[in-house]
Amino acid sequence: MTDEKPALRLENIVKTFPGVRALDDVSFAVMPGEVHALMGENGAGKSTLMKVLGGILQPNEGRIFIEEESTIMTTPLDAKAKGVVFIHQELSLADELSVAENIFLGELPRKSFGRVDWGKLYEQTDAILKTLNVGFNARTRVGDLSIANQQMVEIARALTVDPRAVIFDEPTASLTDAEKVVLFDVIADLKSRGVGIVYISHRMEEIFKITDRISVLRDGQYRGTLETAKTDEDEVTQLMIGRSLDLSRNEEHREHGEVALEVRGLSCGDLYRDVSFKVHRGEVVGFYGLVGAGRTEIAETIFGLRDPSEGQILLDGQELRIHSPVDAIRHGISLVPEDRKGQGLVLGMNCRDNMTLPQVDDLTAGPFVSDGAEIAIFDQYRDKLDIRTPGWRQTVGNLSGGNQQKIVIGKWLSMHPNVLIVDEPTRGIDVGSKSEIHNLIRDLAGQGYAVIVISSEMPEVLHVSDRIVAMYHGRIMREFSAEEVTEDSLIQAISGIESEKVA
Amino acid sequence: MAALTTKNIGGFLARQGIIVAFVLFMIGFALANDRFITMDNIFGVIRSSAILGVMALGVTFVVIGGNLDLSVGSMMSFSTIVVLDLHDKLGPALGIPAMYGMTLALGAFIGFLVGYLKLNSLIVTLGMLSAIHGLTLTYSGGKNMDIADKEGTWFGIFGQGSILGVPVPILIFALLAVVLSMVLAKTPFGRKVYAVGGNGMAATFSGVPRARVVFMTYLISAFCVATAGLIQASRSLGSQNTVGQGMELEVLAAVILGGASLLGGSGTVFKTVIGVLILGFIQNGLLLVGLEFYVQYVVTWVIIILAVWLDIAAKRGRLLSPIA
Amino acid sequence: MTKDTRANLVKQGAIWAFIVVELIFFTVAGNFMSVSEQSFIDFDNMLLLLKQSAPIGIIALGMTIIMINGNIDLSVGATFALSAIVLLDSMTWPIFAGLGDWVIPVSWTLALLTGVVLGAINGLIVWKTGVDAFIVTLGAMLGYRGLVFMYNGEQPTSHLNWTLVDFAEAQFLGLHTATWFLLGTALVLWLVMTKTVHGRNAYAIGNNREAAVNAGIRVGPHFLLNFMLIGFLAALSAVVFYSESGSVNPNDGMLYELWAITAVVLGGTKLTGGYGSIVSTLGGVIAIQLLRKGLGHIGADTETVNLVIGLILIAVLFLDRQLNRKGKEELKI
Repeated sequence: MTDEKPALRLENIVKTFPGVRALDDVSFAVMPGEVHALMGENGAGKSTLMKVLGGILQPNEGRIFIEEESTIMTTPLDAKAKGVVFIHQELSLADELSVAENIFLGELPRKSFGRVDWGKLYEQTDAILKTLNVGFNARTRVGDLSIANQQMVEIARALTVDPRAVIFDEPTASLTDAEKVVLFDVIADLKSRGVGIVYISHRMEEIFKITDRISVLRDGQYRGTLETAKTDEDEVTQLMIGRSLDLSRNEEHREHGEVALEVRGLSCGDLYRDVSFKVHRGEVVGFYGLVGAGRTEIAETIFGLRDPSEGQILLDGQELRIHSPVDAIRHGISLVPEDRKGQGLVLGMNCRDNMTLPQVDDLTAGPFVSDGAEIAIFDQYRDKLDIRTPGWRQTVGNLSGGNQQKIVIGKWLSMHPNVLIVDEPTRGIDVGSKSEIHNLIRDLAGQGYAVIVISSEMPEVLHVSDRIVAMYHGRIMREFSAEEVTEDSLIQAISGIESEKVA
Repeated sequence: MAALTTKNIGGFLARQGIIVAFVLFMIGFALANDRFITMDNIFGVIRSSAILGVMALGVTFVVIGGNLDLSVGSMMSFSTIVVLDLHDKLGPALGIPAMYGMTLALGAFIGFLVGYLKLNSLIVTLGMLSAIHGLTLTYSGGKNMDIADKEGTWFGIFGQGSILGVPVPILIFALLAVVLSMVLAKTPFGRKVYAVGGNGMAATFSGVPRARVVFMTYLISAFCVATAGLIQASRSLGSQNTVGQGMELEVLAAVILGGASLLGGSGTVFKTVIGVLILGFIQNGLLLVGLEFYVQYVVTWVIIILAVWLDIAAKRGRLLSPIA
Repeated sequence: MTKDTRANLVKQGAIWAFIVVELIFFTVAGNFMSVSEQSFIDFDNMLLLLKQSAPIGIIALGMTIIMINGNIDLSVGATFALSAIVLLDSMTWPIFAGLGDWVIPVSWTLALLTGVVLGAINGLIVWKTGVDAFIVTLGAMLGYRGLVFMYNGEQPTSHLNWTLVDFAEAQFLGLHTATWFLLGTALVLWLVMTKTVHGRNAYAIGNNREAAVNAGIRVGPHFLLNFMLIGFLAALSAVVFYSESGSVNPNDGMLYELWAITAVVLGGTKLTGGYGSIVSTLGGVIAIQLLRKGLGHIGADTETVNLVIGLILIAVLFLDRQLNRKGKEELKI
């Protein structure tokens, strides 16, 4: 690729938002037939750069070249017309419409009187679908397709033009392994056609499998480009965070207390079956598995948000009847949910009100909420968890991800729960806050809390857990103690490969 | 961009704009007509706004909780007709509580549908608008309702009486406004209403019983409607069975004018009162300067759209929407 | 996949099944309870029913497009009234005095133009301010009604043109003029929504607005066009109705928006946009009118109609939810 012109090249891009320099003098190039990974922590400027690449945002300074011709992309449609297509992370399809209408969304072929030329539409769509080798046709309603097939529709949309560069934003986030293989095949095919591919992902494993080069952003600045074949995860991580992240294995060996939570033979429809485990006081149990393995659903059941079809939940040896979060909270069970903004916080409310919401009934003076009692709790946990906010009146929506997560954790700690369940504790949180939250989880166990951590990141699970439960497809495959677990055995367990030591 | 100063002014207008507009209107009308700022006139305006106002207080809870209530108009007709009928059948002392009971039952039904069955509030209350209207017509046999003995009853006190020179409807409105304002702003229940409207999912995940909170907002709305019906019936001691028709949208206009977002989670009782008073004083001011009552409709239209527009313009930092 | 497809079929067929149930019920019940000797499924009776469906029906068809597009229009009743006033009043304007019966097309044009302009005002406000259509049209409902009153105070506006009345009362191939307008409107709008780029884009915008925007569909002009269309249809409805009646009260058309929305929802259109059909709305309109007439036929008070329709609307909503439920294990939110 030495003499070739880059398919897409950015030069000294600057993008500012009020008060933030989101991109600071970033240059970046993708060659034809190259898969180029773009990496960086959340907030590093990746998404801004993607939006500039895809024509959604206009840079304040700098230039964009397509095959070395300077160009300006005013809208996503304009970018597409010039051969740059963006495959969104959140699928941007109209699910009530047909595959063909989605592929040609905004560009339906016309006949006289503004009529759609259906014949031409289906013909063109079929031609594209044929090259992708998919199992659905142009007339299928998109809502009836699987997520993976919907993604294929998105990719098919990119092929309506002869693309120079295609940008993939976390394309594997909700795909099964088999579906990933299909996706990687399509990417390989695009590559062989000489399309430049920008591939954004957090998953190192994938990055090392399919990319040729890796460019890294940090704090809105370009930090360098590495040849994938000549680097390793450590080097990339260092570049991303400016130092190595301490994700050593948990090697503390603490005495655990009594069993706090026990689950026996719990099942819930097709979501998970016959799940049994125990959590002791002073212990962190990590639940590891792929997205969709049923981990979050178990947590939601224990927290009263789903009704189990079978099985028991016991706390301190007593069977509980939990039909709602209100019941769960009464028994001292807390859940820090996976989706912080959607489920954890009322973003328009202030920090204090969010933190005290579950116990607001008890913080009263007469019929009214006691300001003093609320502020006291807020101050206590702000200090304890080192939440950085100008004051309790600050609207939660304006805080950083890490501080928001601490508000949610503070919300439950202030209730002094028996069991704390934390679902994806560090998703979308910057590196600094990540290790703070890891330390916090370890500390909580040290103070005698029974903690369940659900995570899709293996280093995180290995770092914080005393015991690890591996799940696959709604079943517990195996339980590991921190001493015996190896990365290989864990990966085997969550991939559904039965080992002889089934728990 | 150069919008920074405009944005500050816009932000101020958005936060306080409704009060600024109110004050400007008052000054304008006061200059145009010296009868405008007299105790009599002010009392008159508030008294005639009381029925709308009382209903708006209840709807404020529903809207902050993230729902709509389009049934309040026909429910108010229902309360009015029922209390007039029961006045003669049971006597006012029994008739009034019986009417409250029946209206609250309707509110509970709506609350059950929207809260516990989680049905869309716009359609449910649209259906109930029609259903309750039918109920009222069936109940009254399609006829107007009048108290037989208009001289010999104390029932007129709620609509016509006054205590220490203050008309009773104003007292009821003020009392309810103060109480409900405290409930919304100061009690745990009020906090939960904001949480449920702001992010119902997060509220549920925080152990807030969302269904019950929504249910309660409809009960409060029904209580306010019953009270409005009581004032309405008492004021004229007789009524058409369509007396509240169309009021649901005027009530909603007042609540929106007060700055409550239809998405839920924001608004206050105090602001709603301001919204109600603005509507009342505009109507009155226009009448006093010699314009017909219906001119207020046009003025209200302009004000509502300007108020909401300025509000969201300030939030997004630009006047025109980014819609392509 | 099959489950979704089946659910869709059930949804689209539901309104017609409901109409059949109504027909059977009222025919059977009518035999026992009828105050009149006439059978319910009488040909003339059905023709009349279609004619009576026309005014709300034409508006409801337009409302379907607005709702598929993800908006709502609460101002149609007031638009209807104002267009009616323009229609009747303009026929008496001195400048048209020399036109004779040629005043009719002129007045029709003026009335329809009124509707288009009122719709365009709403559409422009929704587009340019970004204020939610619910609020914009709620305001317009008051504002346009104010204009109605300002036109002629609280007096009715009347003008009977006998040529026009003859036209409106005419029957062609057995169907009344109003029915032809209803069916014609349905046909045209069905073509627009299923065959044209504008119609498909309207679905796309209501279904996933962000996706539509990213695909370069210009949301604003579509909004504007659809609001102009519903303004036009509200005016057309007025033209059809008042050509015959010849007198408009300033309160006419009140609550039409609610009836129209009821018909649209009965027809299965999604409130959130992106899903719905013109044909099903026509079914919804007919179902409501059948109910009205049927209850009268079996001797029930006309007042009961409101009660029954309200409850049916809620029942439909409930059934729709049950149909879409995933089962017992779903998240209890």
